[in-house]
Amino acid sequence: MHLRPNIRAMDLGPAAMVAERSLKVIESAPVGRRYHRLLLEAPDLSARSRPGQFFHLLCRDGAGNGPYLRRPMSIWRCGAGEPLGFLFHVKGKGTAALARLRAGEALSVVGPLGQGFALDPAWRRILILARGVGLATLAPLTGAAAAMGIAADAVLSARDPADLMAEEFAGVSGASVTAVFDADGSSEVARVEALLRARFAAARPDAVFTCGSNRLFLLLQRLSAEFGIPGQVALEQQMGCGLGMCFCCVRQIRDASGAVVNLRVCAEGPVFDLQAALAW
Amino acid sequence: MVDLSTRIGSLTLANPVMPASGTFGPELAKVFDLDALGALVTKSVTPEFRAGNPLPRLCETEAGVLNSIGIPGKGLDHFIEHAMPEWRRFRAPLVVSYSAPTVASFAEGAARLAATPGVAAIEANISCPNLEEDGRAFAMHPEPAAAATAAMRRVVGRAPLWVKLSPNTGDIAAVARAVEDAGADALVVANTILGLAIDIETARPKLGSGMGGFSGPAFKPIALRLVWQVAQAVRIPVIGVGGIATAEDAVEFLMAGATAVQVGTATFVSPTAMLGVVDGLRGFCARKGLARVADLTGAALPTGLPRAAE
Ligand SMILES: Cc1cc2nc3c(=O)[nH]c(=O)nc-3n(C[C@H](O)[C@H](O)[C@H](O)COP(=O)(O)OP(=O)(O)OC[C@H]3O[C@@H](n4cnc5c(N)ncnc54)[C@H](O)[C@@H]3O)c2cc1C
Ligand SMILES: Cc1cc2nc3c(=O)[nH]c(=O)nc-3n(C[C@H](O)[C@H](O)[C@H](O)COP(=O)(O)O)c2cc1C
Ligand code: FES
Repeated sequence: MHLRPNIRAMDLGPAAMVAERSLKVIESAPVGRRYHRLLLEAPDLSARSRPGQFFHLLCRDGAGNGPYLRRPMSIWRCGAGEPLGFLFHVKGKGTAALARLRAGEALSVVGPLGQGFALDPAWRRILILARGVGLATLAPLTGAAAAMGIAADAVLSARDPADLMAEEFAGVSGASVTAVFDADGSSEVARVEALLRARFAAARPDAVFTCGSNRLFLLLQRLSAEFGIPGQVALEQQMGCGLGMCFCCVRQIRDASGAVVNLRVCAEGPVFDLQAALAW
Repeated sequence: MVDLSTRIGSLTLANPVMPASGTFGPELAKVFDLDALGALVTKSVTPEFRAGNPLPRLCETEAGVLNSIGIPGKGLDHFIEHAMPEWRRFRAPLVVSYSAPTVASFAEGAARLAATPGVAAIEANISCPNLEEDGRAFAMHPEPAAAATAAMRRVVGRAPLWVKLSPNTGDIAAVARAVEDAGADALVVANTILGLAIDIETARPKLGSGMGGFSGPAFKPIALRLVWQVAQAVRIPVIGVGGIATAEDAVEFLMAGATAVQVGTATFVSPTAMLGVVDGLRGFCARKGLARVADLTGAALPTGLPRAAE
């Protein structure tokens, strides 16, 4: 697949069909001071959703108030027998409307959309580097890795311990989590670099994954190139259609020949090869 | 049984509902069977590769969007060679939207598309800048609009040629008549209307390239008015587009004189919106005791004036 040149691993499965569906909210709860989680009843959609994919949500509260366009949201929880879950930063009017939804109310979703993460069954260990709510996108990867017998090490970066959401990230997957914070300076790029170098030396991962911060993305891109470790990054971009039709969600990506091209985050992404993606 | 079939010149569509250029692609086949639509319309194809405009390319308003996408694409050769095989998988008639910077390149591209198997009609997007007229859009004035249309008509023979008009003109009836006289088979009314949004924190336009085209529900009354004016000015069929999200919206356009409709921005909010319009049109006709959806065309026009599409 030439669009993701360095991802040779097995995809966690394509989304053959995309549904537009009204789903019942089964849980809606704040997480810490700035975040919120929603669980939806969607047995079939949850079963065919893959880590790294996203849904396009019509952000209207119970009274029908909310912005005109949908908002993209990563799959935070999915799987056979699992509710479909989203974990988000309450940022503007769309996410505020989502946070006002109550159990029993309905939410219109379109998805699953986009290309998710790829895991190679031959891998023994992966490393995950997430900043802020970027951990929502990477969280389902820990479960998928565990199911394939792949150990996951995570470094989570947050403002302070109250913002961390380690429980929301690792769940029951058994991933080992190291936290770094702005509050004590441990999240500075130089200190995260030292931490990662020590990690790579002690227990070299077969692949690395990141989401949520441009600075951490650049750091991981540089280090994994130096160590020759493949990686994947989940990118964000404002969206219109979410389906690949309007070309408003492009990011600059290096193709197999080295040329920089505009690719659609909603269609070719949101997950791209770590070395192919350009900083934003 | 309601007859939803629709004639646009020599072309017969199974129903009057199709997507608007630039808001649609084969990707929508992941959501529903595209052959349920009356026709398929590609995003505008240009002669050469175009990278597109700076980001942000889309900005939301209360009831619509501003866009300045910049028609990114790989050009006509790539379209014919690589995109057409994918489009030929569908049975619904394919309308290829084509846009070019000069009269000569409109003619050159139209000739090639008319000779391409699987192209049921050409929709000329003349809202783009005319490089021979200081970058003013062809669709702004009757003369350049007619010149582009006539040049295409000369080379496409009898192939169906639709021309998409712009609201960004003082006298759309005059542009419509000039394009009809120059040989168009149908008029698509209308493209987006020029608009602007400003980020007051940064004192910069919200779109990367400044102004953009406005579309969506808030644009509907303007588009409907344009269809009403054009339908009374020409005898060729008018295809209505602008803010249509429901069958009720579509009925308004048909009653204002449209023969068919296109749905654009609404697909972003509800990817299945077009299916709802098809079903709803059937239901509306049944409720009104109409045997044919075509009977709705021009139903609201002042009596005594010539009806479009007869
Ligand atoms: C594939 C994908 C997955 C995502 N997953 C998550 C997730 O799991 N959890 C989460 O909290 N957020 C996620 N986001 C970001 C989320 O979509 C935005 O935070 C949301 O759209 C903001 O909407 P709003 O109406 O609340 O804010 P708005 O009022 O629309 O915007 C508030 C601010 O956020 C900016 N913004 C809006 N949309 C985006 C966007 N898509 N990307 C970057 N900035 C944006 C605006 O420019 C503005 O400055 C994801 C984005 C993408 C593209
Ligand atoms: C994102 C976007 C891209 C568009 N691109 C094109 C295009 O390439 N060619 C064209 O003729 N019209 C283009 N249009 C205009 C639409 O085809 C349509 O005329 C307009 O949006 C009004 O319809 P709507 O309100 O249903 O969207 C575009 C509109 C949008 C929103
Ligand atoms: S959001 Fe429309 S192409 Fe990605």
